[in-house]
Amino acid sequence: MVPFDFAYYRPQSIAEATALFAALERDGKRPLYYGGGTEIITLSRLNLVRTAAVIDIKSIPECRALEASADPLVLGAALALGELEEANPFPLLTKAAREVADRTARNQITLGGNICGQIFYRETALPLFVAEADVIIAGPYGIRQCRFLDLFHQQLQLGRGEFVVQFKVDRATATLPHFHRKRRKQGEVGYPLVTIAALKKDGTVRVALSGICPFPFRSADVEAHLNDRNRPVGERIQAAVDAFPRPILHDIEGSADYRLFVAAQLLEDMLRELGDGETV
Amino acid sequence: MEETTKRELVLHVNGERRSIVTRQAETLLFVLRDGLGLTGAKPGCLNGDCGACTVLVDGTPIKSCMMLAIETVGKEITSIEGLDDAPIQHAFVRHFAFQCGYCTPGFIMNAHALIERHPNADEATIQEWLESNICRCTSYQEIEAAVKEVLEAKKAKPTDP
Repeated sequence: MVPFDFAYYRPQSIAEATALFAALERDGKRPLYYGGGTEIITLSRLNLVRTAAVIDIKSIPECRALEASADPLVLGAALALGELEEANPFPLLTKAAREVADRTARNQITLGGNICGQIFYRETALPLFVAEADVIIAGPYGIRQCRFLDLFHQQLQLGRGEFVVQFKVDRATATLPHFHRKRRKQGEVGYPLVTIAALKKDGTVRVALSGICPFPFRSADVEAHLNDRNRPVGERIQAAVDAFPRPILHDIEGSADYRLFVAAQLLEDMLRELGDGETV
Repeated sequence: MEETTKRELVLHVNGERRSIVTRQAETLLFVLRDGLGLTGAKPGCLNGDCGACTVLVDGTPIKSCMMLAIETVGKEITSIEGLDDAPIQHAFVRHFAFQCGYCTPGFIMNAHALIERHPNADEATIQEWLESNICRCTSYQEIEAAVKEVLEAKKAKPTDP
């Protein structure tokens, strides 16, 4: 139930989509690119989103690409999380996707939508951070490819009229040893107290977190502490937690202190599971 | 540019072509209920949480409160009215898998899709799928028993619908 009207467009190509955006913007329609639509529809109902036009990217072939045997892997932004789970081209991403919302909702929620929407947990970004994926972006000035992490500062830095087309993930990286945990306040469906995604490459742990701050992050400082094998594991974890960016979330889902406590426990589990916790 | 009000849509619902003039911003749930008179899909939370509005779009369960009707043009929509003696319907009756019944159409559509898609579904898969729906009368055990009964029967007689 959307309490205002908008026009719905379904372009068949990237060029058509960006041209539509420009034309609608000129007409003052404040268009939005539309993936699964779950967030646009539910936030519209609460008057937290308003637009006069949506541009559905699900008929653009590049946005629907799923090249699971290519190198790099190609993952279209308009793939539903449920489709990614079933194809399982990147096991750590599958684990992250499976913890978002519920199974039916994931038939609609898209990879691009989970990362580019307003709800800030963006948990499918975590595997893409640690895999050092590239992002393909289309916009009024054409198509560009960047390191996803370089363009993500609390959220993906998209220019007006830009949208995510695809992610590319190095095939060998996608098969590395990894760790994923999501801890909620209660139940099996819902937002995280803490979510951790990690993988180990060349003896070094890469880790990304959501639920700690009002944005997901991967931090060089945090990783430097975790990988500092000259110190006992307990000290490494405490230093990593101290190096988390701020602010720490403190809300009805969990206090800041509790989130940090849970994060420390999960970091310990991660180091143990990835074979780096002999002294834990 | 095109105006933002109503448009005529031709939808394929339960094997029939249905034509309707509706707002482009209208959700599938309200087009089914108010436009086409198919009131089986229930409005519950209208926020994608409860699953009472679940229908199938090309065989995939979808929360119809979170999908625009216009997105389903060219796709096959199945609502509870489109199920005709599906095994899961009978299993729900046998197991008394409801009390007030408000969540039942959504549960049945989701369970029907699970059985069709994953006839060998294990315990974890059943739980994962059923977590998409909420029953405030808490008939969960009976619902799970109904789903398992149909899965078992399907394994025993794989040619059955």
